Amino acid sequence: MSIQYYIYFCLALFSIGVVGVLTRRNAIIVFMCIELMLNAVNLLLVAFSKMYYAMGIKGGVVSNAGIDAQIFVFFIMVVAAAEVSIGLAIIVMMYRNTHSIDINFLNRLKN
Amino acid sequence: MNAIIVSTLLGVIMMFCSWGVKSQNAQKNIALIGLLCLIIANLAQSNGWYEFNYDTKGMLLFSHFGLYSNTLLFALTFIYVWINGEEISKLSNAAADFYSLIFFILCGVSVLTSFDNLLMLFIGIEILSIPLYILTGADKKSMISNEAALKYFLMGSFSTGILLLGITFIYGANGTFHMTSTVIKLSTGIAHEQYLLSAGLILLFAAMNFKVSAAPFHFWTPDVYDGAPTVFTSFMATIAKAAGFLAFINVFSTQYKSLTTSWTLLLTFVILSTLLVGNIIAVFQRSVKRMLSYSSIAQAGFMLFALYGKSDIAIEGILIFAVVYSIATMGIFAVLVKMKENSFEAFNGLAKTEPLLAFATTVFLFSLAGIPLTGGFFAKYYMLAALLKAGAGLWLVIVAVVFAAISIYYYFKIIQAMYFTAGEPAIHLVSKNYQYQLLALAILLLVLGIFPNLLLNYLYF
Repeated sequence: MSIQYYIYFCLALFSIGVVGVLTRRNAIIVFMCIELMLNAVNLLLVAFSKMYYAMGIKGGVVSNAGIDAQIFVFFIMVVAAAEVSIGLAIIVMMYRNTHSIDINFLNRLKN
Repeated sequence: MNAIIVSTLLGVIMMFCSWGVKSQNAQKNIALIGLLCLIIANLAQSNGWYEFNYDTKGMLLFSHFGLYSNTLLFALTFIYVWINGEEISKLSNAAADFYSLIFFILCGVSVLTSFDNLLMLFIGIEILSIPLYILTGADKKSMISNEAALKYFLMGSFSTGILLLGITFIYGANGTFHMTSTVIKLSTGIAHEQYLLSAGLILLFAAMNFKVSAAPFHFWTPDVYDGAPTVFTSFMATIAKAAGFLAFINVFSTQYKSLTTSWTLLLTFVILSTLLVGNIIAVFQRSVKRMLSYSSIAQAGFMLFALYGKSDIAIEGILIFAVVYSIATMGIFAVLVKMKENSFEAFNGLAKTEPLLAFATTVFLFSLAGIPLTGGFFAKYYMLAALLKAGAGLWLVIVAVVFAAISIYYYFKIIQAMYFTAGEPAIHLVSKNYQYQLLALAILLLVLGIFPNLLLNYLYF
């Protein structure tokens, strides 16, 4: 299957994430949309990795072409997990003070 | 490598100190000693003495410039902890946790000054940002601190997503994450491959602009800087930001010439809007803290000049700008932290009651505005010279100078309040010791304003 389809599919997923971040009002859902963006990127990285691997085999070059993208995916997952722990802690901290996770409450600093 | 490992170890040590060592003062002193160790370890590496030597497969590349900027940023952190230690202790009874986060940030800083691989860029930025989210929300009971932390967190991870998409596109077009080494170029068979590369670079550019709060992506800065506890705003606006700039320059000036023509256009647009937004909105602020956050956006516009082209003077300029701007901002925030409120009126008549403090504040503001004899003048001068050397139009220099002139207006509003407005300053009791520390900072700025080479000579040997 051509790589273009993967690119379009991942971009569609990424855009769903972006639209979610921009329109949703619930902090947890915004957060989930950010995770969706990261995972769309992961998928694209794996697709590119596979593409370079196939090309490396065909071109008779080294057979570990494209392996670095898969390692990158692991790093993204680890960092995303670290971010989740911080993010949820911040959301819990806010919930304790305001009893709400609606980000419309985030307007005290405006004035 | 030394700095990365030592800073991580120190972070862990500080974490244990938060329950092992009860005295706040002892915790501060341990942090200061740790910072000294860090500086020594880093200096050792720049003199060719590797304590830890690993083969990073070209993912990290330790240049003299990177190591020297590490040293400078660590020294700035030392000054920061030395001055703000007491204020950090006031925020929580486990101040050592904050020091440990600061050490983790320094680990991120040392990755960001030495990466040669987009993976390391991503890791460095995340190590830098994640502790900053926590520091922003350090004041757990305060609503605005919570709000700032959540805002910073959501927008920061959003920009991380954009950064990752950019990196992925670049990978798709190049087949490697390395920035300097070339690999065997295979034809990918993707239609319009060069568009993939350009799209990736633009996304990367946008995400980096977000991290250094340049204009179309600056919207989070005033809220976050305003809401975060003032001591940590000071850290975010200085050391973390300078590290962001060093990474930015590392990515875009060493490699990626493929955007050359449209690149200048894009950069000019970002610089002009940064200068415009930062300076114009700062004029209308009524809170000093918010004014300083817009001023930090405006100063970021100046620092972006170094991206126009890599020349010796741009490299010197970014270093001296980062150091001088950091010292001045740290100083002014250290004064602000002692104020009972953040308004300009709080400074009324400060020169009468606390002449020493008022003098130091004046020097900091002069430096931020770029008045000669203070470090800020040379910082701005180097940046403009770098701009001319890179072949940008003279009109851009003139615009920059005009905006620098506008910035004098809002900086001098504080000086006017201190010296020429009668009134009772709303200030907490300031110890003599603290005043002398600030005076030392001011003197450092004056010295750098007369002999900027003190800082720059070490770049070459």
